[in-house]
Amino acid sequence: MKPITVKPIAALGRVTKRYGPVRALENVSFGLAAGEVVALIGHNGAGKTTLIKLILGLIRPSGGCVRVLGEDPAGRRGAAVRRQVGFLPENVAFHAAMTGLELLDFYAGLKGAPKATNREILARVGLADASRRRVGTYSKGMRQRLGLAQALIGEPRLLLLDEPTTGLDPASRLDFYETVGELRKEGTTVLVSTHALAEIEPHADRIAVMHGGRLVAYGTATELRNRAAMPILVRVRVRPCTTDRVLAELGGHPRFESPDARTLLLACEPAAKMPLLERLMQLRTWVEDVEIETPGLDRLYREFGEEAKR
Amino acid sequence: MMPIAVVAGQEIRAGLRNRWVLATTGLLAALALSLALLGTAPVGAVDADPLAVVVVSLASLSIFLLPLIAMLLSFDTIVGEQERGTLLLLLAYPLARWQVLVGKFLGHTAILAAATMLGYGAAAAALAMRGSIGADAWAAFAAMVATSILLGAVFVALGCLASVAVRERATAAGLAVGIWLFFVLLYDMLLLGILVADQGRAVSAAMLDVLLLFNPTDAYRLFNLSGSEATRLYSGMVGPGEAGRISTVALIAALASWVVLPLAAAIVVFQRREP
Repeated sequence: MKPITVKPIAALGRVTKRYGPVRALENVSFGLAAGEVVALIGHNGAGKTTLIKLILGLIRPSGGCVRVLGEDPAGRRGAAVRRQVGFLPENVAFHAAMTGLELLDFYAGLKGAPKATNREILARVGLADASRRRVGTYSKGMRQRLGLAQALIGEPRLLLLDEPTTGLDPASRLDFYETVGELRKEGTTVLVSTHALAEIEPHADRIAVMHGGRLVAYGTATELRNRAAMPILVRVRVRPCTTDRVLAELGGHPRFESPDARTLLLACEPAAKMPLLERLMQLRTWVEDVEIETPGLDRLYREFGEEAKR
Repeated sequence: MMPIAVVAGQEIRAGLRNRWVLATTGLLAALALSLALLGTAPVGAVDADPLAVVVVSLASLSIFLLPLIAMLLSFDTIVGEQERGTLLLLLAYPLARWQVLVGKFLGHTAILAAATMLGYGAAAAALAMRGSIGADAWAAFAAMVATSILLGAVFVALGCLASVAVRERATAAGLAVGIWLFFVLLYDMLLLGILVADQGRAVSAAMLDVLLLFNPTDAYRLFNLSGSEATRLYSGMVGPGEAGRISTVALIAALASWVVLPLAAAIVVFQRREP
């Protein structure tokens, strides 16, 4: 077996970026390990795109340091770094008079990558049939897929995808995440900034939450959940006229207002979940159904946002 | 060097695709041919080389037209990419910013060079078919085409500078037209006004020469209208004693620096810009 070396693909150390009086990023430390998929979440203007531009070396930090593949991406060896990085910008656009294949050939030329694989890449993103059509005739979804195709040129070690699924229909989104899954298996490091939290959660190894230019949380979904200590929501459906009896039996659990008399909405600490379920099983004669909702990424995100404001 | 060639190639391809090359070549050929075929009519039976006459009239036309075409090609260079949203992606590729600018400059200049050579060449060919043309006139014609391309390159470089200097495409277009107007019309009018007001007291002839070098279109005009024996006769603007006061080397050097300096300035501005 090969020895496993954990070497960061990209690292930001106490990075600050100011635009005049505006602080786009403040004291952000952040690392991307080889082969992981990281979701970067945050509201518009939270600093996600600024972070990606720093990793690409398109802008220089006002303070702190950025290292990608061991080099400064905005320095002299920046071009060598960018050769191994694929980037899909938010609102990707192309020269409308060119065909998909012509554009990939152009971008492959810039990267010094072989043009022979461009057809394969187009087929991979589902554009094989449209490769000889002008990009002006492409739909929004097709342009987005062409955007992903150009990011895949030259087998990059690091992929930076900025809001890749905005404007895509649900089927294209699934295809997109499937491609990300394949890339993860191949060992590519992927950083995806997104608003579509529920979609990215199953595909991301770690989640970075940004708020107002700060990195407010970074870890696996489970870690974030534990840190936020958000209650699990238990929805109990009881038989007619047993609501009060069930409540009296359970006791203690904070209750939310429920839509009708036969539904109980209970908040429950993660640690108290199993005892509660056991108790509900004992009350089977009265309880018809139980649903459990663990807090999704969007609720976690809201929680961290609130925490950052405080 | 590879990225420069790739960028230049893409510009040429785009120029062919959106018919810029075709339109420019057609326009220059139509104008050159009409000047060649109609403009030589007054020569009549006089023993004048028709191509030498055409060099003079084409040079006068090029002063207005080529800078304008060059500006239209190049004002969009960076600001247009930014507005279309393609600049960020381009800069994320492994190429330096100066390579982007130099590549685009070379691509635009190549389009202009092809259009000039084909368009003006068509006129020369038409004249050659009608009668013999002296070696002197051919040399003057070749020099005129070469300096026309150089003049075009000057304004491509100035257009690139306009393109990185501002944030919006419309502003860049306005700035480009302003630069064109200044060098093609206003500069000479201002100079003339100063000369008339000054009455030869402060502005000496030597100083005037230097002032003429500060305008690329004047350098081009001096080169083509007084640069060779074949054309000097027909341009009629050169009196005895002052012909060839500025050497052709100085004129070419002035034009060349008008290419290099704006392009260098554009690169400096572009390096500082944050996309």
